[in-house]
Amino acid sequence: MQAPPPFLAADNLACRRGERLLFKRLSFRLEAGAACHVTGANGAGKTTLIRALAGLTTPYAGEVRREGGLALLEERSGLDPDLPLGKALAFWFGLDGAQEPDGIMAALRLTDLAEVPVRYLSTGQKKRAALARMVSQRAPVWLLDEPLSGLDTASQGLVSALVQDHCAGGGIALIASHQPLDLPAMTSFAIEDHAPAEEEA
Amino acid sequence: MIAALLRRDLAQFFPFTGSGAALPVVFFVAVAMLFPFAVGPDANLMLKTGGGVVWIAALLAAILPLERLVARDIELGFFDQLKLRGLAEEAMMAVRLIAHWLSFGPPLLLATFPAAALLKIEGETLEILLLGLLAGTPGLAAIGLMIAALTASLRAGAALSGLLLIPLALPILIFGAGALARMDRISLGFVAAISLALVAIAPFAAGAAIRAAREN
Repeated sequence: MQAPPPFLAADNLACRRGERLLFKRLSFRLEAGAACHVTGANGAGKTTLIRALAGLTTPYAGEVRREGGLALLEERSGLDPDLPLGKALAFWFGLDGAQEPDGIMAALRLTDLAEVPVRYLSTGQKKRAALARMVSQRAPVWLLDEPLSGLDTASQGLVSALVQDHCAGGGIALIASHQPLDLPAMTSFAIEDHAPAEEEA
Repeated sequence: MIAALLRRDLAQFFPFTGSGAALPVVFFVAVAMLFPFAVGPDANLMLKTGGGVVWIAALLAAILPLERLVARDIELGFFDQLKLRGLAEEAMMAVRLIAHWLSFGPPLLLATFPAAALLKIEGETLEILLLGLLAGTPGLAAIGLMIAALTASLRAGAALSGLLLIPLALPILIFGAGALARMDRISLGFVAAISLALVAIAPFAAGAAIRAAREN
């Protein structure tokens, strides 16, 4: 039996941070193969949206629906800072039953860093490590929060290529970033367009 | 997934292998060592009070690992990543409780032998002391986990957790140290019962606490 095709949908979503309403009446539906770019200034609510979509926080109103496993890339890598990178990643590779973890590490130029404790890695290197964790998870739905921040130009190209591959293989990617992104057939929306009117906020 | 998580947690918290080091155990023995210096080497006095000192040392040693028990993995996004893989917070906390106790209970029991020797505790007193610690440390670990999870998102969490643990640990201390004073084993049953109840509640309380910590 084949797994049902993945999708990610938000219905009339509204989220708060503290007492402030960040956005409301946000609805979209992403089908298999879709990539969506969420833009917005710092503090507009991109991270809040991602965490609500991931099911980590309960939205103030509305509903998130999803079919298929979920992978999340965010500022926090989930990698033990005291462990060498190879071991820290091996934990997640083992958990996710990753195939060819060495290939994934090589593709993200991490092989030479395997012995380096995670806390000594630079921001960009940590981000690449988190990407390796995410790719190996082989989840159909990807949520990426600022995947380009801290990365050099070459690595930014790598992220675009990874997302493109993922969507070409029938995956879904929702990318929250204030930086411009160039992907074929990508939709985008600005979170500010859903900001509540001044008197409601 | 549970087995892999337990291995990882143990590697994190076990003395000597993990970055947590053996600090609580060393602290425990150090307190036992200081006591004779402070009150003088009167064998009678030591026999009467030594067991209580070991209990207090155990209680204080239980506070030390709390700071890094939960807060660090919340900051890392570690629990969030596990949640995405379908693991319930309660299961994460149950595993954490087992790992926490294993990295703190048995080493403390072993360290009780040198501590008891320093305090001249032996024979039946030592036996009741060990049985009491065996029954009481899971309860201390459970209280510690709940407090660590509750205070994880607070800025002064570490300082607060020590203060919170002491009153909550009082019943264990009263029955555990009380068993020594009267040399009765029935009190040990109470210690075990309190521990059992705490161990049963802790994963749920701590799980709810880390879920709540996400919302702010």
